[in-house]
Amino acid sequence: MYPRQIGAGEPVKKALYLTAVTVVLLLWLLPLLAVLMTSIRPGSDIMMGNYWGWPSSFELVENYLGVFTQTPMGHYFFNSLVITIPSVLGVLCLSTLTGYVLSRYRFRGNILLFAVFVGGNFLPFQIMMIPVRNLTLALGIYNTYLALIVFHVAFQTGFATLFMRNFIAALPDELFEAARAEGASPLQTLIHVVVPLVRPALAALAILLFTFIWNDYFWAVVLSPSDSVKPVTAGLANLMGQYAASWDLVSAATIVISLPPVALFFFMQRHFVRGLTMGAVKG
Amino acid sequence: MHSLLHRHRGWLWPTLFLAPGVILFWVVIVASSAESLRISFFQWDGLGDMSWVGVDNYIALFHDPQFYTSLKNNIIWLVLFMAAPPLGLAIALLVNQQLRGLRLVKTLFFMPLVMSQVAVGVVFTWFYDPANGLLALVFRAMNATAPALLSDPQWVTVAVVIAGLWPQVSFCMILFMAGLNNLDDSQIEAARVDGARGFRMLYHVVLPQLRQVNFIAIAITVIGALRSFDMVSVMTGGGPFGSSSVLAYQMYEESIQSYRFGYGAAIAAVLFVIMALFIAWYLYRMLRIERGTA
Repeated sequence: MYPRQIGAGEPVKKALYLTAVTVVLLLWLLPLLAVLMTSIRPGSDIMMGNYWGWPSSFELVENYLGVFTQTPMGHYFFNSLVITIPSVLGVLCLSTLTGYVLSRYRFRGNILLFAVFVGGNFLPFQIMMIPVRNLTLALGIYNTYLALIVFHVAFQTGFATLFMRNFIAALPDELFEAARAEGASPLQTLIHVVVPLVRPALAALAILLFTFIWNDYFWAVVLSPSDSVKPVTAGLANLMGQYAASWDLVSAATIVISLPPVALFFFMQRHFVRGLTMGAVKG
Repeated sequence: MHSLLHRHRGWLWPTLFLAPGVILFWVVIVASSAESLRISFFQWDGLGDMSWVGVDNYIALFHDPQFYTSLKNNIIWLVLFMAAPPLGLAIALLVNQQLRGLRLVKTLFFMPLVMSQVAVGVVFTWFYDPANGLLALVFRAMNATAPALLSDPQWVTVAVVIAGLWPQVSFCMILFMAGLNNLDDSQIEAARVDGARGFRMLYHVVLPQLRQVNFIAIAITVIGALRSFDMVSVMTGGGPFGSSSVLAYQMYEESIQSYRFGYGAAIAAVLFVIMALFIAWYLYRMLRIERGTA
């Protein structure tokens, strides 16, 4: 291990080390702590200019309820779920199929197709803005949930195909040979061999995709300008304009929209980190 | 029909499996990127007819001072973002101990990455607030007046990039932590026996083993810098007076808000060329690394 591990027989060193780590962590999270503190303050404190002193009262419940009762955040939250969940499921299905074929079938153009999927993901996606907007207008889905779902499924399929291809390629060959020897069709192989084996990969991928799609802001402002379909990210940006003086509400809303991905991350951190670093480390 | 199906069973299923993903990705991602290049040769308000103007959009672009401001800001983003890999490595080294409670510490270090960039933008707007933000509090404690970072054309981009670095450092940290977990212990022990310690160990033994992680961290950081949009939009809206705009944001403004879609597409094309240069460099490096290790 590097750096050298602090041993059990070095209590002073350990204490110093833990203090140093805590200080660095607090500095690192300082901007976030500021928002957390503001989010539990009463609005009157903000009006009076009491931003950083002891709060005159703790309004945790009021402020967080206020996010849902005084602002349309509840509706944006619902929109985000309606956009994110079908998108994640769509990507999982498509990328299992493409990953399976690209990893297990040899045909001309295999590498090229794979390179297109990977390369497309490299692009700054903003360059697709105008044609994608036109496409959704032509299909009559502009400013609907479907516009965002279609884009997210298409874009994330690139990354997810890379992910699933590498995972399926690393599965033992014997399983696929055995399936072929028994005369299983590709469809049967998919259902009985691939799908049961890729579940851990799908779990890791699902968490990553949920975070990516939930946090998207650019496509939300481009494809869903109206309030009825707007997700939380664009909603928060709006809120910041409208409630500029109510930092207590804006702060609470910021925490609220961060909760779903943060909670997923907390409970499934191993999957998240494995997904993000896959390929980066063992290559 | 049945015999036809049977005869082509070998490639029929794989084709069916590939089709939905490939078609969708091709139509929405690949074709759109190419279509952007085509639109850049037209004048178009987004609704009516498109009229061919050749390279006029590009000529106008190269005479547009805002374009150079945005380009300069993208370069500032790129240069300052290069601090993310070393900072991420530093934090990864700091927390790479196996003590109780450190798991939670690591998780908390990742927080900025999991939050949306919009949330990060709000967090830092509040942090920078010249009247009441935490930064102002720090300045006041030192008997100084806090600068209004987000309304100062000279500092605004740097202030936004620092906010952008927050999640980016987290990202690099995750990559390096995974890399540090996969180090070859026997090499480290051997170097330790030879008396290597501290920075010499890091430089001569650890970093060479982290080459691939380092490479990916840099790639992800470059992409992040070129994609910068969210923070600019949330924190400054490109202002004051366009001084913090970046190419992606200028393209959005010209197209969606000013209905100059051809012009916006020309900006997209420039962004594409910058990215293509980077991809060429990336592939070149990747091939060299592969040849080096083979």
